[in-house]
Order: sequence, then structure tokens, then C-alpha cells
Amino acid sequence: MTAHLTPPPAACPGCLAAPINPVVDLPVDARIALSLPTIHCQGCISAVERGLNAHPGVQSARVNLTLKRAMIDADPDIRAADLVSVLDGLGYEAHELDPGTLAATQTNRAGRELLMRLAVAGFAMMNVMLLSVSVWSGATDATRDMFHWISAAIALPAIAFSAQPFFRNAWAALRVGHLNMDVPISLAIGLALATSLWETSLSGEHAYFDAALALTFFLLAGRYLDFRTRSIARSAAEELAALEVPRAIRLTDAGNEEEVAVASLSLGDLLLVRPGGRMPVDGEIVSGQSELDRSLLTGETLPVFAEPGLVVSAGEVNLTGPLTVRAIAVGQDTSLHRMADLVAIAESGRSRYTSLADRAARLYAPGVHILSALSFVGWYLWSGDMRVALNIAAAVLIITCPCALGLAVPAVTTAASGRLFRKGMLIKDSTALERLAQVDTVVFDKTGTLTAGTPDLTNLGDHNRRDLEIALALASASAHPLSVALARAARDAGVKPAEINDITEVPGYGTEGRVGNQQARLGRAAWVGADSTTQSAAWLAVGDAPPQAFLFTDALRPGAAQAVQALQAAGKEVLLMSGDTTGAVEALANRLGIAKWLAEALPEDKASRIRKMSDQGKHVLMVGDGLNDTAALTAAHVSISPASALDAARVASDIVLLGQDLTPIAEACDTARRATKRIRENFRIATVYNLIAVPLAVVGLATPLIAALAMSASSITVSLNALRLR
Amino acid sequence: MQVLSYLIPISLTLGAVGLVAFIYTVRSNQYDDPEGDSRRILSDEWDDHPKP
Repeated sequence: MTAHLTPPPAACPGCLAAPINPVVDLPVDARIALSLPTIHCQGCISAVERGLNAHPGVQSARVNLTLKRAMIDADPDIRAADLVSVLDGLGYEAHELDPGTLAATQTNRAGRELLMRLAVAGFAMMNVMLLSVSVWSGATDATRDMFHWISAAIALPAIAFSAQPFFRNAWAALRVGHLNMDVPISLAIGLALATSLWETSLSGEHAYFDAALALTFFLLAGRYLDFRTRSIARSAAEELAALEVPRAIRLTDAGNEEEVAVASLSLGDLLLVRPGGRMPVDGEIVSGQSELDRSLLTGETLPVFAEPGLVVSAGEVNLTGPLTVRAIAVGQDTSLHRMADLVAIAESGRSRYTSLADRAARLYAPGVHILSALSFVGWYLWSGDMRVALNIAAAVLIITCPCALGLAVPAVTTAASGRLFRKGMLIKDSTALERLAQVDTVVFDKTGTLTAGTPDLTNLGDHNRRDLEIALALASASAHPLSVALARAARDAGVKPAEINDITEVPGYGTEGRVGNQQARLGRAAWVGADSTTQSAAWLAVGDAPPQAFLFTDALRPGAAQAVQALQAAGKEVLLMSGDTTGAVEALANRLGIAKWLAEALPEDKASRIRKMSDQGKHVLMVGDGLNDTAALTAAHVSISPASALDAARVASDIVLLGQDLTPIAEACDTARRATKRIRENFRIATVYNLIAVPLAVVGLATPLIAALAMSASSITVSLNALRLR
Repeated sequence: MQVLSYLIPISLTLGAVGLVAFIYTVRSNQYDDPEGDSRRILSDEWDDHPKP
């Protein structure tokens, strides 16, 4: 996986005035998309565009600074790798993006539609308000009637167009016998228009056209904010997915290599997987010897020996030698898909969370209807005048209409998501913040989550200088992660490599060479004639001397210790669950001060453990990155995965951590708690406005002016309160 | 009050012009790269004649 871990500032919420359509201005037949995380100024734009346009075969290149992306239209034979090296030469870091993954026309159309409706409602509201001001300030008789008729002529078509989403949602809810927030909204808008028209036709004094439009406008603004927050998260998540361009090297019948898209592979294809490459499909090894890193799938850190006949799963990483693999399952049939069954089970068990807004609506919607109906009946019985009663019922509905309630949640989530995004967290789910605020138990996965997945040598001091020199020389010849770690540690300790002749790497076993007339081997235990250990180890044997073990532990991810400490200090219970061996898990748990841990856990174990904790009434936050965590991530109350996680794990989790550092997790819990507090505060503010205005409306004292004031004042207070979170 | 018969159509027309202008900017993707566009104006690359 490409370790592209700087938060792609592509989608910083603040700098997008209106992120309607991030990918529309590409050249129509754009073929190559590059992510440029380091560009930041006009000079960069010019340099990149000039550099790319000068490359033969490139027809046009355009940089989007907001998304930090370049879209390039080029001849079919130009490959992204060529352009990446061109930009590297200019001093800009570039990563290839999969343009197919980036295309998201559906969501863009929805956002643009919402913005249009918002604009129409806004302009209509301004015009009608202008006319209303003259009515409020004393226009009478024919003038007032004319203003009312003009207002009606503007308001009716504008609302017919702008308020469609509310009408549609309300109708969908009513058809299945539910009440949601959109039902009182639609009713209020509809009733306000109807009574105002009636009043106008009788040359009445009060018309609520401006209130109906203002209501539509404020509510649409809330919807648009909500949509924008989610589309920013979606576009950043898309970018993460697009960074992994799925390609495989297929061997043709003639024995040639060709690079093809993983999607076009079929059963029985022979594939070449180079060292460092990831298995694109499930398959069986046909030839070659190597070691496989299965940590993303099982959590084991010890590499597995690979030889012909071994069955491999998509997602495993080939470490040392080239392997030829025959595909036995492709696409949706791979082990990724089998894991999806587990996820489906976990999902059905997850109690559907009701958001604060929904809970408020459930209390609110029936209350509003009953109140409005009661005032209608009361006034009709008391005065016997249908017109007065209907007018008052409409006024009650308009004043109680959840204008501020509609803004209360989106305004806060937008502010909080923006804040967390700057810290490097991507909120994917709209209720994730509320759920994160309730968390009291945190479960960490080990490999790849608390640890960085790179080994660290632990017993450098136990070896004599001569052995270290030989080990360094042998290790330098290999790209195996243990060798790389050993070479780095030895060099840092000032060791110089010994003179060794005939160094060869034996894929799957290790490296060997000759020191003087002795044979020296560095590699797997069985190969050098030693007993294997449970800890990751490389063994060195020189001549007939007994083999020496170099022991490794997994390096901690930066911020892992601080994150665990901060979470414990906040009174949360921290657990460790891993598929790795008991020794390795226990060692890490002790190092981080985690009292409760579970080793050698199968994916089902993890998920069922979490379900059991949920049944005990705990709210579990799961942090994991592997395929074996996917079911657990889905089963937990809320879940976080690092950006380096497998695609499947990122999809299953609610929040993605963009940086390497784990410290933001503790802060995120805190921000989430404050955000939820603000949401409740906003509900209270909205209620206070209602408590003041509703009695006025019920006794018939509410005028369109009071309605307009109450509505605008509460919406503005709520938005300002939300902004305090930034 | 005769003045109203001029002023009301004028105000409505101005509102409509604003709305149409906004819709035009949305439709022609002018909000796609606000940051880049604000910097591109500083470039002296196409100062003499527009980009072909």
C-alpha cells in the first residue's frame, strides 16, 4: 500500500467556498490523474503545468490547487510513472490516482442541485422580504394587496422548486406511516402558503410568504452544510482509495510480461508478483520461493515461508523472491469477499443508532402538530371564525417550525469535522461524532495499528563486533524487512560491514556468502540449523559456530503510547486484541500499560468479543487496520482505521486517521464530546425561542414580523454557537 | 405612488439578474478550484494575449 500519509489537504472544509463538483473541469478524455500533496502556490502551478505540457505526448495538463491534483490529457502510450518522474525531477512529490475511482458524478449532481435550490430560495426570500418590510412599516389598502400579490407570484414558484426535497422526504415518511422532521416542515410551508393566499384574496392584513421562504432558505442551508461536510469526507476517502491503482503483471502464453488492471484478470491467469508486491488475487504458487507477510490479513508478524503449492490470499505481501501465482479466485470471489459475509453478520447485529436530531424530531414532530391542531380547534370553538382559526394554526406551525433545529446539528458537525480534519481525521459517517462521544471502552488491534508494521532490532548489544559486521554485510544485500531493520540498527551503532564474497540471496530462506573460507548464513531458523522462536528473529551462522539469534519487535506507531495514556487518563478502558502470538501481544501490552489483552484471536473472536461488551452496555471504539479486523470494526459502536489500512477495513470504519500519528484519537473523543454538548445546547436555544414565541402565536398575537424575527434570530444564534467549536 | 410601477419591476429584474449570474457561475464550474483561481491571477504567463 502506498504510504501516502500526509492528510491530503485537498478537501479542507474551510477553503472550499462551494465544492460543487471537484472533477468536472477535467479535460473530457482525461486519462491520468496525479495527486500532488506538496504544491501550495502560484509558482508551483506554473512549474507543474509547464513541466507536464513540455513532456512529449501530453496534450494538456491542468492543476487544481484546491484538491492538490493534476488532470492530464495525454496520448495512450504515456504512462503515469513517466509523468511522476518528470515531476520528481522538478522537485514535486506526485502519486498516481485511479481516475475511475475519482469520478463521482452522482454526488456532484446532488450537491449542485441543492445549491441551485438554495440560491433560488435565497433570491426569492430577499425580494419578498423587501416587499414585506414596506408592509410592516405601514403600507395599507391597495398597496398592501399589490405587495402581497407580487410576493405570492414570487413565493409560489420559488417554493415549488426549492422545497421539493422536504416535500419528497415527508411524503416518503408518511407513506410508510412515520413522522420525520420534514413532515412538520412541509406542513408549515404548505399551510403558510395556503392561508396567506386566502388572506391575500380577501385583502387580509397578514401574509406569511416571507416566512415560508425564509424557512425554506434556512433549512436548505442546513441541508447544504450537511451535504458539504459529507462530500468533503467522501472526496478525501475517494482519494485514498484512488491512490491504490490496482494493477497486476500477467504472464502471457509466450512468456512475456504485461501490466493489466486487476479487474480484467480471469481464473487460471499466471501472475508475476515481485518482491514487495501485494497479491492481487487469491491463488496458488506455481513457481518461486519467498516469504509472505500476512499481517494485514491475520495480524501475525512472523513471515510465512512460501513455496510452490501454497495457497495465497489477496492482500498478502511478497517479501523476498519473485513468485508466479495461478489465479484461483478473482474479483468478488477473493478472500476479501468471504470476509464480507462476516461483516454482514456484524452489521445486522449492530443496533441501529438513532441520531440526536432524529430523537429530537420524534419528540418534536407530534408535539408541533398537536399544538397547532389544538389552537385551531380552540380558536374555532371560541370565535367560530374559520379564517382566524386557520391563520393562528398557521402562525403556530411557522413559529415552531424546526428552523434552528434543522441547523443545530449540521452547523456543529461541520465545525467539528473541519477541526478534526485539520488534525488529520476524516469523519466518514454523519453520526460518527455523536457515537464517538459516548465511547467508554477502546479496543486496539496490534499489528499495523499500535505498531507501525516495521521491525526493530532489540538485542544488538548481545552480539560481538565480528558477528555484527558479518550480519550487516549479509543484511545489506537483502530487501527483506528484517534485513533492512538489522542493517539500519547496525549502521546506527557504527558497525562497518565485513568483507564477504559471493553474497547471494536465497529467496524464502535468507542470504549467504563466504567470509574467508567459512560459510556465513543469515536467515530463517531451520535454514541455519537453529530452533525456531515465537518472536520475529533472523539467525546468523558463521562456519560451525552455534547460530546467533537477532530478535525483533514491532516498532510502535508514533503517538501510540500517548494515545493509550490519554485514553486511560480520560477514564476509558483500553483493550488489546490481536491475531498475533501470545508472547508478542503480551510484550506490547506490558510496554503500553494495557492490562487486558487477547492474543491469537480469529476475526470471529474479535467481533463476538465486541458484541459481548456491547451487550453489557458498553460503547466500544474499535481501532484496527487489517482484514481480520473488518468484522470487529463493523460490530463496534464506532470505529477508526488508519489510512494505511486495507481498503476493506477503511470502508468498514466510521473514521479514517490520515496521519501516522495516533495521538489525535484521544483528542477526537474530546472534540466529539464537546460537539455533542453543543448540539444539545443548540436544541435548548431553539427550545427557548419557541417557549417565548409559541404562547404569542397561540393567543393570536404573532404577526409575520415576529415570526421573521424569531426565525432569523434563532438560526443565527445556533450557527454562532456552533462556530465556537472551531 | 406612480413611482412603484417603475421601482418594483426594476427591483425584481435586478434580483433575477443576480440569480441568473449565480446560476451561470455554478454551471460553468467556477467554484471548482477557488484557491487555484485566486493564485492564477498572479501568473504573468498569459498577460499579453489569452491562452489559445
